[in-house]
Amino acid sequence: MGKNTNKGGNGAAKPRWNKNSPLYLDYQATTPTDPRVVEAMAPYWTEKFGNPHSRNHHFGWEAEEAVAKARAQVASLIGANAKEVIFTSGATESNNLALKGVGLFYKEKKNHIITCLTEHKCVLDTCRHLEQDGFEVTYLPVRKNGLIDLRDLQAAFTESTSLVSIMGVNNEIGVIQPLKEIGALCRQRKIFFHTDCAQAIGKIPLDVEDMNIDLMSISGHKTYGPMGIGALYVRRRPRVRLVAMINGGGQERGMRSGTLPSPLCVGLGAACAIAEKEMGAETERLRLLRDRFYEAITRRLTEVYLNGDLEHRIPGNLNFSFAFVEGEGLMMGVKELAVSSGSACTSASLEPSYVLRALGVDVELAHTSLRIGFGRFTSMEDVDFAVERIAGEVERLREMSPLWEMAQEGIDLKSIEWADH
Amino acid sequence: MAYSKKLLDHYENPRNIGSLDKNDDGVGTGLVGAPACGDVMKLQIKVGEDGIIEDAKFKTFGCGSAIASSSLITEWVKGKSIDDAAEIKNSEIAQHLALPPVKIHCSVLAEDAIKAAVSDYKVKQGAGEKKIKAAE
Ligand SMILES: Cc1ncc(COP(=O)(O)O)c(C=O)c1O
Ligand code: FES
Repeated sequence: MGKNTNKGGNGAAKPRWNKNSPLYLDYQATTPTDPRVVEAMAPYWTEKFGNPHSRNHHFGWEAEEAVAKARAQVASLIGANAKEVIFTSGATESNNLALKGVGLFYKEKKNHIITCLTEHKCVLDTCRHLEQDGFEVTYLPVRKNGLIDLRDLQAAFTESTSLVSIMGVNNEIGVIQPLKEIGALCRQRKIFFHTDCAQAIGKIPLDVEDMNIDLMSISGHKTYGPMGIGALYVRRRPRVRLVAMINGGGQERGMRSGTLPSPLCVGLGAACAIAEKEMGAETERLRLLRDRFYEAITRRLTEVYLNGDLEHRIPGNLNFSFAFVEGEGLMMGVKELAVSSGSACTSASLEPSYVLRALGVDVELAHTSLRIGFGRFTSMEDVDFAVERIAGEVERLREMSPLWEMAQEGIDLKSIEWADH
Repeated sequence: MAYSKKLLDHYENPRNIGSLDKNDDGVGTGLVGAPACGDVMKLQIKVGEDGIIEDAKFKTFGCGSAIASSSLITEWVKGKSIDDAAEIKNSEIAQHLALPPVKIHCSVLAEDAIKAAVSDYKVKQGAGEKKIKAAE
């Protein structure tokens, strides 16, 4: 059985899982910290506990050196200079700093920002706040495959556009936006390009020069690093200026004050270094797992729909709608698996996923969606186990579903007048 | 969120899944909810000459709480008169299954479903009587 065996998927030592815990297939929610990262961090909690900003003794120097190395490791993964990396508490803070910081700095001359409907809540919510502060925000639609249309982007540019913010990889459907093309268009127009790469870092090759990226948000816990740390890449040439959100001792070139958490910085650096080394092979390995899952599940079940493009997609994500089976009901059935759903029943708002809605997925189908995330510690036998459990449970729940029964009888569900409630 | 043992039992071993012949005059069918809302419940009762529910079946598209609520109500209505069945309150279901507050509406759906099934049965009987009268 594929339940959290301790043979790592790619031979890497796995974190020590509790034998009774479910099989983790939710790598877009967070990733387990790689044991090698934990090991690298360990001394910085204890004997190397110094404040990296203490300039006058051994403890400070030791921590400062470790932070500098981590900064260089992060920079190296994205083709940046270490001086351009600002440590933050995570991608949420990085996105806030990028959007509000750049927005406010250039507000007098330019007050228009372009983003996209399928961005993470922390980008969308920040944009809503900026709108209340007098900014104009354009929310680009996406096509059925989840990608923006570059013509929509071009049509949205105005004289007052200061910033374009488009994510690298979507957290629900794993699709990869055309960053290089977006970057080129922005650079031509001398508009800054920010990209939320929380889900992209370590998953796809990123190069801030080649892609003309001016600001990039990074998160530690999405890439086998610790929670509570992230980074914002801020280009120096041509220089991007921003208003700091957190004021204080002027750390991080005045853009983000506060004592750096050296153990977390070391962890993010180590995570980036591992990703840089292993990304190529790991991508290939995950693609095999993904293809096996995709083929097995679609062979076994009818009426299964993939949400989002398959080709322009990281291999660690699949998002399916299993028609006629409600997503949360399904999750409860596959309790040996830790997955997530875009169903309304799982959310406090009782609205189904806005990302799926933006793709034009029917509400009915959005309720039946399941996100399956694979990662560094997922093995082939885990995949086989997951397919077996999910397919079995979908079959069981379809036998129980009045909608499945009606569909089998040839009744068009759309022709029925459903009572509102 | 941890679900109660009773809820999990009804979800994992649902009672009375299935369908009755909706064209049978002795069968009342309730179909409530909407696919767009993420929950649809079909509840059917087979009523004897004496007005007592002899059998009940359900099919549900919805979360685990909705499935458990419908399974439970089919157990409860068997052997009850149609009027007593229509009196079942969603709060009794919610309490029995220890539903968390966000799942209360799943039990409301079960209450609506039995009421709809009873009313469908009554309409059919009314229509049946009329048919008999017309024939006389
Ligand atoms: C695309 C995306 N952006 C931002 C975030 C927020 O990241 P963090 O948890 O580091 O604040 C997430 C994580 O949920 C994400 O998936
Ligand atoms: S059916 Fe949606 S929460 Fe129960």
